[in-house]
Amino acid sequence: MSLIESLPRPRSVRLPRADGLIQWVVPLFMIAIWQLACVTGLVPARVLPAPSDVLLAAWKLLISGELVRNICVSFWRASSGFLIGGGIGFAFGLANGLSQLSSNLTDTTLQMVRNVPHLALIPLVILWFGIDESAKLFLVALGVFFPIYLNTLHGIRTVDPQLIEMGRIYGMSDGELFRRVILPGALPSIFVGIRFALGIMWLTLIVAETIAASSGLGYMAMQAREFMLIDIVVLSILIYALLGKLADSASRVLERLTLAWHPAFQQH
Amino acid sequence: MLATLQLLAEPVDRTDVAEETPLPHRADAGRGRSLPLIIRGLRKSFGDHEVLRGIDVHVPAGQFVAIVGRSGCGKSTLLRLIAGLEKIDAGSISFGEETRLEDVRVMFQEPRLLPWARVLSNVEVGLGRSRNLPDADARAEAALSEVGLADKRNQWPAVLSGGQKQRVALARALVSNPRILAFDEPLGALDALTRISMQRLLERVWRDEGFTAILVTHDVSEAVALADRVLVIEDGRISQDIEVDVPRPRQRGSADFAALEGSILRHLLGADERGDS
Ligand SMILES: Nc1ncnc2c1ncn2[C@@H]1O[C@H](COP(=O)(O)OP(=O)(O)OP(=O)(O)O)[C@@H](O)[C@H]1O
Ligand SMILES: [Mg+2]
Repeated sequence: MSLIESLPRPRSVRLPRADGLIQWVVPLFMIAIWQLACVTGLVPARVLPAPSDVLLAAWKLLISGELVRNICVSFWRASSGFLIGGGIGFAFGLANGLSQLSSNLTDTTLQMVRNVPHLALIPLVILWFGIDESAKLFLVALGVFFPIYLNTLHGIRTVDPQLIEMGRIYGMSDGELFRRVILPGALPSIFVGIRFALGIMWLTLIVAETIAASSGLGYMAMQAREFMLIDIVVLSILIYALLGKLADSASRVLERLTLAWHPAFQQH
Repeated sequence: MLATLQLLAEPVDRTDVAEETPLPHRADAGRGRSLPLIIRGLRKSFGDHEVLRGIDVHVPAGQFVAIVGRSGCGKSTLLRLIAGLEKIDAGSISFGEETRLEDVRVMFQEPRLLPWARVLSNVEVGLGRSRNLPDADARAEAALSEVGLADKRNQWPAVLSGGQKQRVALARALVSNPRILAFDEPLGALDALTRISMQRLLERVWRDEGFTAILVTHDVSEAVALADRVLVIEDGRISQDIEVDVPRPRQRGSADFAALEGSILRHLLGADERGDS
């Protein structure tokens, strides 16, 4: 996930709405090939179950209620961890972007902590929290904190100083200046942070649930591995992919709504 | 010749050419509200570089003054001091009476519009503290009509042309009925044709609104065409103070203009040569 990728795409590259179906052609084609390869025995079922088997497994788990429960648990962990870490990151980004004192006080420390890969803390976190919910929340929140913090800070620091001067000349109060100039100016960068953070959120959750959990999608996959239920393993991976895609789409919709003024999002 | 070729090559945006039909006067725009500008012994340095070394000038209320000078001579600095954006080192700037923030407005070379606000809200920014009053919309719309952009009120700034953006910035500066309006090369980035139509627009709003206008420009012919008086800044002082005694409406390209323009240019170039030697 590169920075360039997550920036708003220029107008000329954007797909018109009518071509929206085209993006599904390749995935559907690949699934068809996959099914064919399994049915003909080209790929043994021990290695990769057929898509139809995965669907069947999904159906069974759906009926037993296990699937929904695990998805809900994972979703809850992801979103609350995201809100906590993202909220704190946003708050620090705002504070350090707006106040030199706050920046002097905390920025260097945060930049140092940033260099510790948060997944390296897993053993420590397990020692602290066990395999409790708080362990997962802590890891997700920590992972999400930095992209949001850094991009909020960057967004605020790069707001056009000429616009800020304009706001002051026209008598905007500090609050108004923030609401009408600084925050909207920082928003594109904040969205870059959010999309980065969403990626990290899922990654952290998968790792945490695989290593230390007693429920959730990652746990479901690990259980299935113990019993050699490869269809459920594949199913969990696919659901993770789907949830990731869903989160990304949600952030895109939000982006489109709030950045309607941006040349890259203007409809004609 | 070159300018003509460029004009032919680039499609001309018709809406950039402001229509000449006189608009009804805005009810609250009054003559006689304009303020004089009195500058005495004004000095300003940045570090040990003294940019302004004693500016003395009296601009009567309602006058249109142009300020010309070589690049880096301190024109923008003077304007920023007038607008209260920089601190005065020595001397004084006064407007003859107490002013509110809304009485003195500046327009810059860049339009400085908020990209995330529609045209009308951008104009409302110019109302200052009264932008929350119920008549804000109506006043902003009146100002937009004045610059001929009433039909663009719901557009995003990103879709406007350079000249249109500058006109929105002008509407924003006008909406609070300023009593002094200072321009820092507001037309510097526009193409030749748009520039001329913007100059006419500036002259018209100045006539209609009756504010005191202070125009900083690189373009001596623009200064001569628009102003009652041209000030030349040199070595941090006003080295020349020239009355432009040509009745309005003025005919561009007349012999009077050419002579005046020539003499100011010679003076500026002379200063250049003296500065080089
Ligand atoms: N904030 C500042 N800090 C330091 N030096 C400055 C600052 N603002 C202006 N100067 C200096 O003051 C001098 C005058 O600058 P100013 O912008 O007023 O020139 P100008 O006459 O407007 O030039 P131009 O026609 O190119 O716009 C320049 O030498 C510039 O480097
Ligand atoms: Mg300048």
